[in-house]
Amino acid sequence: MTAALLLEQGFNGLQFGLVLFLMAIGVSLAFGVMNVINLAHGSMLMLGAYFIAAATVRTPSVAVAFIVAMAAVAILAALLELAILRPLYARGHLDQVLATFGASIALNEAVIMIWGREPMFISPPPWLEGFVRIAPGLDYSVYRLAISGVAIAAGIGLFVLLSRTRLGMQIRAGAEKREVIAGLGVNIRVLFTAVFVISALLAALAGIMLGPLLAVQSGMGDSLLILALAVAVIGGVDSLKGALVASLIVGLVDTYGRMFWPQVLGDVAGNIMANAAVYVLMAIVIAWRPSGLFGRQHAH
Amino acid sequence: MRTRLIIVAVLGLIAALVPLLGEPYYTKLAARMAIFALAAVSLDLIVGYAGLVSFGHAAFFGLGCYAAGVLPLFGVQSAFVILPAAVLAAAAVGFVTGAISLRASGLYFIFITLAFAQMVFYIAQGMRPLSGDDGFRLPAPTTLGGLRLTDPNTLLYFMLALLALSTWVSVRITQSRFGQVIQAGRDNPMKLSAIGLSPYPYRLALYTYACALAGLAGAAYANLTEFVAPATMSWVLSGELLFMVILGAVGTLTGAIIGAVVFVGLEQVLSAYTEHWLFPLGVILVLRVLLWPSSK
Repeated sequence: MTAALLLEQGFNGLQFGLVLFLMAIGVSLAFGVMNVINLAHGSMLMLGAYFIAAATVRTPSVAVAFIVAMAAVAILAALLELAILRPLYARGHLDQVLATFGASIALNEAVIMIWGREPMFISPPPWLEGFVRIAPGLDYSVYRLAISGVAIAAGIGLFVLLSRTRLGMQIRAGAEKREVIAGLGVNIRVLFTAVFVISALLAALAGIMLGPLLAVQSGMGDSLLILALAVAVIGGVDSLKGALVASLIVGLVDTYGRMFWPQVLGDVAGNIMANAAVYVLMAIVIAWRPSGLFGRQHAH
Repeated sequence: MRTRLIIVAVLGLIAALVPLLGEPYYTKLAARMAIFALAAVSLDLIVGYAGLVSFGHAAFFGLGCYAAGVLPLFGVQSAFVILPAAVLAAAAVGFVTGAISLRASGLYFIFITLAFAQMVFYIAQGMRPLSGDDGFRLPAPTTLGGLRLTDPNTLLYFMLALLALSTWVSVRITQSRFGQVIQAGRDNPMKLSAIGLSPYPYRLALYTYACALAGLAGAAYANLTEFVAPATMSWVLSGELLFMVILGAVGTLTGAIIGAVVFVGLEQVLSAYTEHWLFPLGVILVLRVLLWPSSK
């Protein structure tokens, strides 16, 4: 095991963690602002990947394909929020969970009906192909660096939106005290739709960037969604700072775990431990701090 | 209450007569309904009576499946060993994960149960000697004396008896003092703690019992499909089990049985029309929730 390999896995882990963060933001915002859990969030990631794959076939311009894919996800997300989530905010968690679960299995099947069961493969833009030397003896994929860059930029963008704009102020206020923000005359319904669309766009962005790394196929976002739920539990479900820190921890634990555990425990047990590591971490964190690392310490 | 009981009794009677048709297909279908009915009843105990939405129940169903699939590799086939092992595996994992997840409630509980179920799923997927994600054929049927549970008629009658017994025991549990504490914890936790009772140990006991029942159903399911795979632990199955619970009426147990029968029937009918039956199923689920609020 060389230092270069360790460093490379570290970069991979951070990159995975940053993509996970884009997913976890949606989970945290939905929980913090709307007090719902949206199981169709993984489908947003998948739709982002499918839309960019479909768009790049029709246009040579990466920028046009990107805008088309993001716009399509935004429209679909807004429709989903209006039709399915809006009537459910006043209902119990069981109804919300099941309705968004139903939407997710319908969407996962819809992409098979449109694009077929075979996974699609897309290539990154040509100007992002290749490797760059980032340390002695370590050539690293330009595309993976670009993913981290975009995810960081999106995170900063969200931070600016939340801390510097009127919409962001209302979102933060909504997360704190929903009744007060409604009493101030803010249209809470429009606010919720906006939060939902922003979350979906961040998930779609993750899907668009992951497209060339993974096979684009039905249900590709679901495992990431469930991992993002674990991230949210570890970081504290209502904390964006927690989501960031926990995403990076989970990304590193998962990536290094896949390298270390099989070497320490042997092939079989190591593989099992590598698969379970993140959830064992989650169990330890909630046994220690039930509201997560950065969550508000009140009973849920 | 009475109407549902009559419906369930009639359904049970019809199921008992199905083998007379002499078509193994229908017998297997009825057995499938009974298996999922047992799993749905166990989930309804958690969702309907404790008021906690578990999105990870398939993990325990799958553990039962694996118990029935792994023990024959060690030469064990008897139901008298396999079923207790399925119960023990599901109950043990249920107890440990429940001890952690039950510290939370509401949305947190949903998150944590889903994440733990995914952990169990990934562990099964990581078991390379058991073909990992692909799963494996059931090495040998579970035997009950001279009978094999892979025989559709045997499986159906076994499941009907097991379902009737488990449902009866579960109903008695919900009506007991224990069950009243569980329901008080759902309806008015503050009052309950004012009496000096913490719902936690009661919930943990109920959760463990419910997981054990799901494990039993899973062991039977391995004999129905004669196949064992991580898919039996997937979050999609957890969602489908919840769908069965609300299709009937939440918190009635008999409603869960009706829900499971309707769900499995729906699955059969839709898949006969289109290979893309998951699409209409998802749409029906969304409409069911939007049009009729579940009581919880």
